[in-house]
This record gives sequence, C-alpha cells and structure tokens, in this order.
Amino acid sequence: MDTSGYLTVFIDESNEHLEVLYNQLLALEKQPEETAIIEEIFRAAHTLKGMSATMGYHDLASLTHKLENVFDAIKEGKISVQSEMIDVLFAAVDYLHEMVEDISAGGNGSKDVTDVVEQLKCLEQGETLPHEKPQLEASQEPAVHSQQMKNIDEFAMTILQESKERGYTNYEISITLKEDCLLKGARVFMIFEVLEKLGEIVKSDPSVTELEEEQFDHTFTVLFISEHKKETIQINIEKVSEIEAVEIVPFNIEQHQEKEQDSRKLAENQGTTKVKETKQRSSKGVANKTIRVNIDRLDVLMNLFEELVVDRGRLEQLAADLDNKDLQDTVEHMSRVSSDLQSIILTMRMVPIEQVFNRFPRMIRQVARELNKQVEVEIIGAETELDRTVIDEIGDPLVHLIRNAIDHGIEAKEARINKGKPEYGTLKLEAYHSGNHVFIEIEDDGAGIHKEKVLNKAISKGVISEGQAELLSDQQIFELIMSSGFSTADQVSDISGRGVGLDVVKNTIESLGGKITIDSKQDRGSVFSIQLPLTLSIISVLLIELQKEKYAIPLSSIIETAIVHQDEVMHAHHTKVIDFRGKVVPLAFLNDIFAVKQPADAETNAYLSIVIVKKGNKMVGLVVDSFIGQQEVVLKSLGNYLTNTFAISGATILGDGEVALIIDSNALVK
Amino acid sequence: MENNMSGNRKVIVFQLGEEEYAVSVQQVGSIERLIPITRVPQTADFVKGVINLRGVVTPVIDLRLRFGMEETDYNDSSRIIIVFVDNMEVGLVVDAANDVIDIPESKIEPAPEVIGTVDAKYIEGVAKLEDRLLILLNMQKVLTEEEMEELKSVEG
Repeated sequence: MDTSGYLTVFIDESNEHLEVLYNQLLALEKQPEETAIIEEIFRAAHTLKGMSATMGYHDLASLTHKLENVFDAIKEGKISVQSEMIDVLFAAVDYLHEMVEDISAGGNGSKDVTDVVEQLKCLEQGETLPHEKPQLEASQEPAVHSQQMKNIDEFAMTILQESKERGYTNYEISITLKEDCLLKGARVFMIFEVLEKLGEIVKSDPSVTELEEEQFDHTFTVLFISEHKKETIQINIEKVSEIEAVEIVPFNIEQHQEKEQDSRKLAENQGTTKVKETKQRSSKGVANKTIRVNIDRLDVLMNLFEELVVDRGRLEQLAADLDNKDLQDTVEHMSRVSSDLQSIILTMRMVPIEQVFNRFPRMIRQVARELNKQVEVEIIGAETELDRTVIDEIGDPLVHLIRNAIDHGIEAKEARINKGKPEYGTLKLEAYHSGNHVFIEIEDDGAGIHKEKVLNKAISKGVISEGQAELLSDQQIFELIMSSGFSTADQVSDISGRGVGLDVVKNTIESLGGKITIDSKQDRGSVFSIQLPLTLSIISVLLIELQKEKYAIPLSSIIETAIVHQDEVMHAHHTKVIDFRGKVVPLAFLNDIFAVKQPADAETNAYLSIVIVKKGNKMVGLVVDSFIGQQEVVLKSLGNYLTNTFAISGATILGDGEVALIIDSNALVK
Repeated sequence: MENNMSGNRKVIVFQLGEEEYAVSVQQVGSIERLIPITRVPQTADFVKGVINLRGVVTPVIDLRLRFGMEETDYNDSSRIIIVFVDNMEVGLVVDAANDVIDIPESKIEPAPEVIGTVDAKYIEGVAKLEDRLLILLNMQKVLTEEEMEELKSVEG
C-alpha cells in the first residue's frame, strides 16, 4: 500500500496522541488509581500503534505495543501504578516522540530502544506475572531495517533462492537521487542500464513502470543478483551523475520471510482491535467535525480573495459613476458578503494557544526534576486563539521564559519553607485577548527580582551609567535584565541567564511586533507579560507618496508625523536636522535614498512632510512628498528572488490592485 | 545535463530584438500581458520591480537589460513570462511571446563560445529548425545570484 499520501496526517495525529500520552501520564502521576486516565493512555497508545504499523514504522509500532501491554496489565489489575514506573513511561514516550520527529524530518523512525523495552517488559510482568501476549521483539528490529523490500512474490523468491545456491550474491540496493535531479526517469533508466551489465534485476520498488513515470520521491530500491562484489557495483552506479547516495546490502531471504510473517501477525492483531475502537467511539458519540487544511492553501485562498476585494472596489466605483440603483444595491450586497467572507478566511488561520501550552507541563516537570524543585503548573485561557504564524514563532521564547522562571524564580523547597511559602512553587501560564492583541503572562510565586543586584550588574556591565540608574522606575530596572550585554555566556548569574540572555527573547518578541514587560515583587514572585498582535499578516501602516510612487511605513515604528517649514531645517555636520520637541533629529530624504525620478518642473515646496520613526531610542525624520493616510494592509513577501532589498521589508497590494512597498525604517536609522 | 528519452523538448519561444529564445515549458507558469509594475529601489538595473500577479507579489526582470541589450519601450506585443525555478517565481519582460513548439533533442547543439556580446553562461544550447535559430536558455543561470553579481560588476 502506498502510504506516502497519508504521511502528514499520520505525523499530525501521532503528535496529538503523544500529547495525550504526556498529559495523561502527568495526570496519572497525581492520581495513580484513576481508571479513566489509564483507559485514555491505553487508547492513545493503541491507536498510535495501529497507525504506525499501517504506515510501516515497525519500531514505533513495537514500542507503543510494549507501552500498551503495560497499561493492559494495569487495567486488568495485574500490576499497580508506582511512582518509579512513571519515569520509565515518560522515557518511552520521549523515544516515541523522537521517532515521530525523525519521520517528519524524512527519516524512517528507527531507533534503538532496547533499554526502554527491557524496562517496560519488567514493568509489565510486575513480580510474578508471566506475559501473555506474543510480542514482537523490538530489540531485533535494527538489524532488519536495512531491508525495506516488501511483497516479494514467490517467483522472485525462487529466483533469489536459486541464484544463491549457484553462488551468486543477492543484493538489496537503495539509490537516492539528488533532490534537484531534473529527469528522474532518465536517471533511473541509466542506473538500470549500468546494473544490467553487472547482473540481473529481480524486482524494484516502486515498480519499473512507476519509476519510468517518475512516480517516486527520490529513493528507489532494487533486488539485484550479481557475481560482482558490492564495491564494484557501488562504483559503477556512482558513475551516473545526480546520485545522492547508494546503499548496498546483502539480501537475506530467511530474515525477509520472518519479517513478512511478523508484520502479517501485527496486521491481524490490529484488524480485530480496530473494530473495538470504532464501536467505542460511536457509542460515546463524540465526533470531531474538523478537517485539516494546509496553511499554504489558505494563503492561496486569501490571495485570491484579495483580488476579489480589489475588483469589488472597482465595481463600487463603477456603480457610483453609472448611478444605477439596481447595480448599486447588488454591489453593496456583494460588498457585505465579501467582508463576511474575509473575516471567515482570517479566522480559519486561527488556532488555540493550547497547541503551544500543552508541551509545557512535561517540560516544566523535567526542568523541575533536574533542578530538584517542586513546581505546579496552572494554565489559564488555553483556548485563546492566535494566528498560526504567531503560534509557530512564540514557542521558543516561552520555553526560555519558563525555564528562567523555574531556574531563577522559584526557590528550592527548603528556602520556600523558611520563607513560609507552600513547598510547591506555582507557575501560572495565562493567555487572553484584549483589543487587537493577545497577552501571554508567565507568573511565578518565587523569589522575585532583586532590584539592587540588577542595577549593580547593569552598571558594572556598562549597560547604563550610574546617573541613568537613579532615574529609572522599578519596571525599567527589571527590564534591564533583557537588555543585550546584560548576561553573557561565561557568566551565569542568579538573576538571568542559562548562558543565553533574555535579550534574545526580547528581540524575537519585538520582531513579531510584540512587547514584553516585567513586574516583580521581592519574595513574592515575578510576572513576564507578553503582548502580541493577533496576526502577523495584517499590519497598520501609514501610506505615503514619493512623486507617483506609493510606500507604506508600519505604524509600530512611527512616533508621529510633522510638517516643517524649510527655514526650520538646520545643518549639523553635513546632515540636515530639525529640532523636534527639543531633540535634534536627523532627516532622511526618501526621494534621494530611493532614487525616485523627479519631474523636470518639480518645484520645491516651502514645507516638508516628515514622518518621525524610531529604532530603540534613536529617531530619524523621513522626508516624504505627501501623506496618504493610515490603512490596514496584508503583508506580503517580495519572494525568494528579491532577498535583502535595502530598506524594504515586504509589499502589500492596495485597493486599486497596485503593489506598494513597505519601508523597513530600521534600516534607515543608523 | 538534459537527457530526455522522449527525444523532444517542449519550449516556449519568445522574441528579444531580432533573436528568438526558448525556455522549457515546464518552467513556465503563465504568459501575461503587461500590468503595472512597481519599481523596487536599490536593486539591479534589470529588476523592473514587482507586480500583483493574482494576489501574489512577483518580481519582474527586463530580459533585454539582463542580457545587456538596449532597453526599449514596452508596447502591445510585450509580454511577461512567469517562470518558476528553484522555488523562485519571477516574471521576464520580453518583446513578444511567439509560440510553443517541440524541439527534437537531436537538433540541439551546444552553445558557441560567443553569441553577440552576451555572456554565454546562461545559454544551454542552440537549435536550428529550418530557417529559425532558437537560443535555449538555462533559466537557473539566468536567475541565480552569482551571475547577477558578475553582471553588476561588469556593468559597474
């Protein structure tokens, strides 16, 4: 069966099941007797096993099978849940996770898991119980992997058997073509020609017809009989160009037969249990009415839809010009329908933050164990929705902040008891919407940030001067721990760092158009609060004009706009500057920077239109010809061809269908 | 590099000045009439800017300028050929897009050392069909960065 089409679904679903396993194991640790949890774990493991066996990932299947056996034994009351078991179970799930990751990275999900398998077997047997089910030995698996060929018919087997008796060698050859290979079919043809000179091809996977029609990824396998040595064959194949890798292993008939039997057994096993599962589902009546859609397709939909909006704009214009009542009504109706459609398309990209939050409990458990601390997690607002693009980016900064909170925030057990706090520290993760933003807060009830220490360190590192230090508010002091240069790799302080400073977190969040603030009370704990835009694909901009060209400047970087008389422009060391609210701000003439064609009769205006932008605490005044106005636009990339374009961060499509470039003002501030 | 067993190669033929060029049909997404182009400042001369191709912002290069030919005004027969190469989607402005034809592989000869004044690296070969001479382009080479850098340095 060709399963490649199901691969993404398989990976997604596997990850979901792993998530369930992790969460339920965490729950089980707290309530070892709860049968509902045990049932849930058993179900997840069982489904995962079935799926992976169907997809041909035997290591994954056999390890889940072991896991399932343990829970089967628990369910039947043969063994009971002990706290030391949990670690082994977590380790097993970690392995499963790695295998799935390997598969999603293009591997075959194989892994040596003998140690965990042994431990699981011990668990399953408890003290005296003999194991009842026939099992697949996972420990044998690694040896089998090199042989991938399946469904070898009897005829081929006979040939292989005979050739072996006659003293020829059977090989299984896997050939991987380079990814950029243009005519795969032609390559295959050339390789076959080489092979046919050296021996005989018994079978290929995919079939010869499929290979000729290029219906394969980049790898194919052939069963090959030859009297030549492995090395000779290798060299000859490698003479063909555009080949990435050639792997030749002797083909062992006996082993192959064993493996075939095993997988058949496994398949039968599943056949019966699958049915049970569906029954359970239907009796519960919980149907998940969702479909998975590739985000690229949503992007295409969005692009097409924008085109429609552009046309809608034209229609509205036409209808107004023609002054036809019926036409106007129709166009108006269409406008309403299409704006509804637009909001639906936007919400389709939204996913609950649960996806990110869910991986934290187990991570927190792990970190807490490493550091020998007691931490409880509280998650609030996991259903809060965020744009997919934001979700993908926000995981890492959060991980960093959480580790930081456990490492430096929450005190060790004894210290907490001494301070009269509960011995379990609490880490609260909270997400909520407010206006056009999402807030994510990470709150701990730990030691808090020591103001004096931060100040002293910031001064000693030269981040701020002593004079500046006196003017700072408490919050500004806390935020110093996120400034670059505060924490360095060679010095792990007791306030920040695990080597990497929090400045990375701050940068990432700012690059997403967000903000991070810190609040803290000595011995009471700290709150890191992150504010993010709902979506990265829509931003607010100020549209400006340079002659006939239109550009957009993101509002997030604009301080304000001003109109200044030529006479107020001053010269300071070959640079034109203005006095802006008591500060000297240099001017950047966008017409010159962007080399905009000036009409011959261009008259100099007595007034300059200036957009004051900031980068950190530096400011620059961008001189433009005129302001058009503020607008929400959909951010688009310039594509893979135009990378690193100076001072341009992207583009957007305006209401009239024309493209306007988005100015990256950061590049214009020195 | 190409070794097509079928023996024929389907190409799109287009005109630049007096010469006819050909690009493999697999690399062509569509052929568009001229649409407004937004200039992108501080890019190579031959980068004309970006267009709105059905909601996708697509860069456009002027193939005449890319090949060091003289620039001409665009007219009714000018076309933008959208090509896909190495994950890049780029529009090429050409004088006219003539037709789609099959070229027998056997008619394709390697590129002569020098064709006019154009650096011949992005020319994969030439094909002589009756009285027509087609110049086959290697699109990767036409678009790759390294080549562009070279060209920039030559032009100053």
